Amino acid sequence: MPKRFVSIWFRHLLTDRLTIRRQELKGKAFVFAEPQRGRKVITAATATAEKYGILPGMTLADAKVIAPDLQVFDATPGRNEKLLKGLAEWCLRYTPLVAVDLPDGLLLDVTGCTHLKGGERAFLKDLVERLATLGYDVRPGMADTIGCAWGVARSAKKGLIVAPGKHRDTLIPLPPSALRLPLDLLMKLHNLGLYTVGSFIHMPKAVIRRRFNKDMVLRLYQALGQEEEFLIPMQEPMPYSERLACLEPVRTRTAIEMALTTLLETLCKRLYQEGKGLRNAVLTYYRIDGKIGTVSIGTNHPTHRCNHLFKLFSLKLDTVAPGLGIELFVLETLATEPVTDMQADLWAAKPGPDSEEVAELLDRVAGRIGVEGIQRFLPAEHFWPERSAEPTGNIAKKPVNEWRTDKPRPIQLLEPPETIEAMALTPDYPPKQFNYKGTRHVIVHTDGPERIEREWWLDQGEHRDYYTVEDEDGRRYWVFRSGHYDPDKPQHWYLHGFFA
Amino acid sequence: MEAEKETIIARLRQDILAWEGFKPPQPGAAGSFGLGLLESAFPNGVFPTGAIHEFISECPEESSACSGVISGLLKNLLAQGGACLWVSYTRRIYPPALKLFGIDPDRIVFVDVPRQQDVLWVAEEALKCDGVAAVICETASLTFMESRRLQLAVEQSHVTGFILRKNAKKITATACIARWKVTPVLSRLRTGMPGVGYPRWQIELLKVRNGTPGSWTVEWRHHQFRPVTREKQPEKLRRYA
Repeated sequence: MPKRFVSIWFRHLLTDRLTIRRQELKGKAFVFAEPQRGRKVITAATATAEKYGILPGMTLADAKVIAPDLQVFDATPGRNEKLLKGLAEWCLRYTPLVAVDLPDGLLLDVTGCTHLKGGERAFLKDLVERLATLGYDVRPGMADTIGCAWGVARSAKKGLIVAPGKHRDTLIPLPPSALRLPLDLLMKLHNLGLYTVGSFIHMPKAVIRRRFNKDMVLRLYQALGQEEEFLIPMQEPMPYSERLACLEPVRTRTAIEMALTTLLETLCKRLYQEGKGLRNAVLTYYRIDGKIGTVSIGTNHPTHRCNHLFKLFSLKLDTVAPGLGIELFVLETLATEPVTDMQADLWAAKPGPDSEEVAELLDRVAGRIGVEGIQRFLPAEHFWPERSAEPTGNIAKKPVNEWRTDKPRPIQLLEPPETIEAMALTPDYPPKQFNYKGTRHVIVHTDGPERIEREWWLDQGEHRDYYTVEDEDGRRYWVFRSGHYDPDKPQHWYLHGFFA
Repeated sequence: MEAEKETIIARLRQDILAWEGFKPPQPGAAGSFGLGLLESAFPNGVFPTGAIHEFISECPEESSACSGVISGLLKNLLAQGGACLWVSYTRRIYPPALKLFGIDPDRIVFVDVPRQQDVLWVAEEALKCDGVAAVICETASLTFMESRRLQLAVEQSHVTGFILRKNAKKITATACIARWKVTPVLSRLRTGMPGVGYPRWQIELLKVRNGTPGSWTVEWRHHQFRPVTREKQPEKLRRYA
């Protein structure tokens, strides 16, 4: 497909912006000025000021002579770049490839985008009208090359859309300033009487390089499409992303769901064909009042199942605030992975915990309660009870070592252990009875002690002597004494768990 | 004449059970749960899978006894594959102990729900999922409506659900297939032997749909439920220490 580019020239970028902010300045002559070499130089002027002959580059003193009531504002360096970045983001609704063209323009790669607005003419008309509604005075140019579009936007009197293949003919009557050349070179060309591009376009390459410089060759041949030029997009386009522009702004949940379904169907079809699955996705919606909102989801395993992804999004659709209406939806994938073979599960009678259905269930649960609430436990090589099971968020992770079964462990563990008042007869004996939450438990059967030492390389403190005890009613507890027996100190007994 | 009547009534009863979804055990189907006499309380003498079981507990000791019984039942359920979800609001289950009941703790997915209201939502979602073998849901209260929702979810997917009611203040009517109450019972040791015996419980089936409620003493020994049928003469307890 032949490339098509649009260059947008903001004729009064900074002053337009101020007029939008302060409506009372509309139609007034005012300028931005900044100090340069001990005098104030105008950097931007309004259309009205330009009518008086006040142009950027003049000193402020000269301008004051022409128009004594001229309003002057201080220029902020880098302001135009910031503004252009915002406008480039706004232009993403027309094409995903937008670049900032300093100091006063934007570049759009509109290859294959214009038919969405009903042709190139309608596309440019829509773009210009909407920017004009915002308050910007712009001139666009559309051509096969970036250089030609740039020149047309800034220099052509009419015919802002250059038909495919006609960029050479279009450039011939334009002045040399249409070629993005530095000022000193333009002066030189003017002095030599080369007032149009056509007067030197036929010169051989070597002659231009020798008489002027190689920059001029580059710019000329870029405009003619004989030299490669790349547009560096402001935002890297996502490899898997889908866009859906609405004819009318939508507000209802049903409409949003329909938009989402359409986007997901297209995206999933593409993912399926390429054998990829989605791990993270973001739905971005552009509201007509310029606000942008996002909804993001994540999955446990790569998937391209439309229904499942829709369910995950629908759990979060409540957070979408459509305001006055949404005009554009963009669905982007942040992470994709190759889909693994799913046939293997068919052989099992019932799929395991890492099967697709379970993974989808866990995605839904994670969407509701958060990922951190879902965990599995793998055996860890620690004797210390609190550390012998290691939590993991990974559903498919297999244990490396075995679970220990040689020692009794309670089915419910209290964390942290609770203090009890226990009575033991002799230093190393198990408790005879203990009080827990106001109830006295007389112990009938006991087992132990099982001494568990602190893992000194992880934390400091006393070791524990664990006893399994059973009271008169058959209730079984796991209690421990902290530290050695010392007749001078009170003993610390704790309840740490309940046996089944 | 009488005998003929009996057989007709028995056959009619079987028909009614079949209509209600209780099928007689298929040869070669899931094995017995090893509950012994207790299984006779259920219709057709089979532990009903694909249904909701409610476990009542009033204190942590009872809820851990319930957890033990559930873990014992899970061993058979998980033997046929499938995932298991343990949904709770305040989880105290200690995974390494589950290995003592014959389950691989790493096969169980623990879902710790930050809000109590979400416990039943998660449980219902899980019960609707075909790839899940069993769901354990710890909750304090369960209304009739909520239990009906869970039961309806299960009828489609044939997942077995266990509702463990902690600190159950009062028992309300529910649509669960069975209501269990498990209390720990003093373990027995051979005369003169020190230590603590095998875990032993008094399992009461307070309510069984189309079955006969009752009470049994069961012990967990060698990775199996062992019904304690013949109670020996209570020997004089020799207290250790």
